[in-house]
Amino acid sequence: MSSSKQALAHPAPGSGAAPGHQPGAARGGRGTPAPGTSSWRSRLYRWDMKASPYAFISPFFIIFGAFGLIPLLYTAWYSLHNVQLSSLDHKTWAGLDNYRNLLSSDFFWNALKNTFTIGLISTVPQLLMAIGIAHLLNYRLRGSTVWRVVMLTPYATSVAAATLVFTLLYSWDGGMVNWLLHFVGVDAINWRESTWGSQFAVSSIVIWRWTGYNALIYLAAMQAIPADLYESAAIDGANRWQQFRHVTIPQLRPTILFTVVVSTIGATQLFGEPLLFGGVSGSKGGSEHQYQTLGLYMYDQGWIIGNLGKASAIAWSMFLILLIVAAINLLFTRRLRKSQ
Amino acid sequence: MTTSELTLPQDQVPVRTERGPRRRRIMGAGKQMHAGPLTYAVLVLLTLVSLAPLVWTAIAASRTNTRLAQTPPPLWFGGNLFKNLQTAWDQAGMGTAMFNSTVVASTITIGTVLFSTLAGFAFAKLKFKFSSTLLLLTIGTMMIPPQLAVVPLYLWMADLHWSNHLQTVILPTLVSAFGTFFMRQYLVQALPTELIEAARVDGASSLRVVWHVVFPAARPAMAVLGLLTFVMAWNDFLWPIIALNQQNPTVQVALNSLGTGYIPDQSVIMAGALLGTLPLLIAFLLFGKQIVGGIMQGAVKG
Repeated sequence: MSSSKQALAHPAPGSGAAPGHQPGAARGGRGTPAPGTSSWRSRLYRWDMKASPYAFISPFFIIFGAFGLIPLLYTAWYSLHNVQLSSLDHKTWAGLDNYRNLLSSDFFWNALKNTFTIGLISTVPQLLMAIGIAHLLNYRLRGSTVWRVVMLTPYATSVAAATLVFTLLYSWDGGMVNWLLHFVGVDAINWRESTWGSQFAVSSIVIWRWTGYNALIYLAAMQAIPADLYESAAIDGANRWQQFRHVTIPQLRPTILFTVVVSTIGATQLFGEPLLFGGVSGSKGGSEHQYQTLGLYMYDQGWIIGNLGKASAIAWSMFLILLIVAAINLLFTRRLRKSQ
Repeated sequence: MTTSELTLPQDQVPVRTERGPRRRRIMGAGKQMHAGPLTYAVLVLLTLVSLAPLVWTAIAASRTNTRLAQTPPPLWFGGNLFKNLQTAWDQAGMGTAMFNSTVVASTITIGTVLFSTLAGFAFAKLKFKFSSTLLLLTIGTMMIPPQLAVVPLYLWMADLHWSNHLQTVILPTLVSAFGTFFMRQYLVQALPTELIEAARVDGASSLRVVWHVVFPAARPAMAVLGLLTFVMAWNDFLWPIIALNQQNPTVQVALNSLGTGYIPDQSVIMAGALLGTLPLLIAFLLFGKQIVGGIMQGAVKG
């Protein structure tokens, strides 16, 4: 990566490195500078070399700063204020009231618990199935691309569209799921009212949408595993399952960690699925708040009840939880690396 | 000056090394086994699970509300599809929504691809102070949930009287940390440093280098990133439903209104869901291979 240094040195002493181009370049005004303007041009050139990297990365940092970082800090500031949707211009200092309010609210702890439960029952089966599917896709298949695209198709469906369809499939009376279940002798389940039923239903939407995506990520990692590992395992007499267990899984470990982190971040923010699953009063997360997640609780407090200060406090609590999860993950990864 | 003019000695052209092991793997004894009938059977079952909800959306959209409340649920198409699509298009605002989403997602895609390529190039090939720290910072921003920004954004947009304007949902999503990282990873291996140096020797400014060397080399990855970005932008949910309402909705905002009882007719709701998903399904049909490739590419190197 010595490109910039080398290139910096070239133009000033006359571009001897490209003799063929010299006459044309001099006439054209670029390349070898004319003697009189030489220092000015080389200064401009050097300035260009120095400034352009920052110019190239600046759009990202400016826009992210304006619409990501500064709002993040303002959210912290607002979380210390009383900000009501009905009177946006009257912000009064509230200290830690919003946080105290949260910690003593049953709904907050309920939302935290639901986020954790739904996160667990949507992420764990999803990633396990994704590994299995990736293993299947890793065989030599007829029409391998078609299978991959088909597995990814649910990803094309938006949260809103998928949830609307699944809500209908899960309806108590006349829904497809209950109809199919009656063939195996299961009585109609009230997927919207029962706690585990609704949490399962919400999780199934997440699983449906994301399993194929994660399968492709695992597949990519599987294809990067060197064949020699399998060959030597086969020479040692390992059967297919043992090869999967002792070669594939250990080699996938970094990828598994990556997907766990990404899924955890996604699960912490879970919002659209429970909102639309709840229908008209979606932001409550069911009549008993049985599937109200943190994301949903924040939306409910902020835009339905109209307490934006409290919503800000919920947002920051979510962030703190994510940071704790990330720290645990980091520790876990370090320990894993050390043990290897 | 185009890339083709800048010929390099053969031995300097970096050959992508990933080809080597891949070929060996296909011929290798260990693992690339032909799939047996059981594998195909499981894959067919998974295909059913993947596609059935979408097919059933179309079935439900072709029925009536009363029929959808009856048991057993319909398993084949009825004759109401066109009528329901029309109701969704006109009364549920799906027509406006499709137009708005096309504008929003296209603008976001162009911005994200352009800015990500520039930043990705800088991180991949240029030397500057704090570059590795800034790259790490960029990746770190992916961890921040969108919930952390929506309250102040909402207040500012209200101050600017921008609520319900499309720029409200375009501007915050115009750049992408994922896209920047994606382009960086691609350009590190796909853009020969010698090519940049050769252009520099010719006295090309940084902008010329970007235009004549970086963009041509980055084109395949830009296309893939464009597809991925379009899908994400089309499906974005949280901020649009806060910033916009049914007066000027995107597809997801219109679907949210439908879900919360805007039109209490399930067959129309299904027609709306079908309409809102159709553009992406068509994109998957046409570019599925590239989208799959993009996700797998982003994964290995990410």
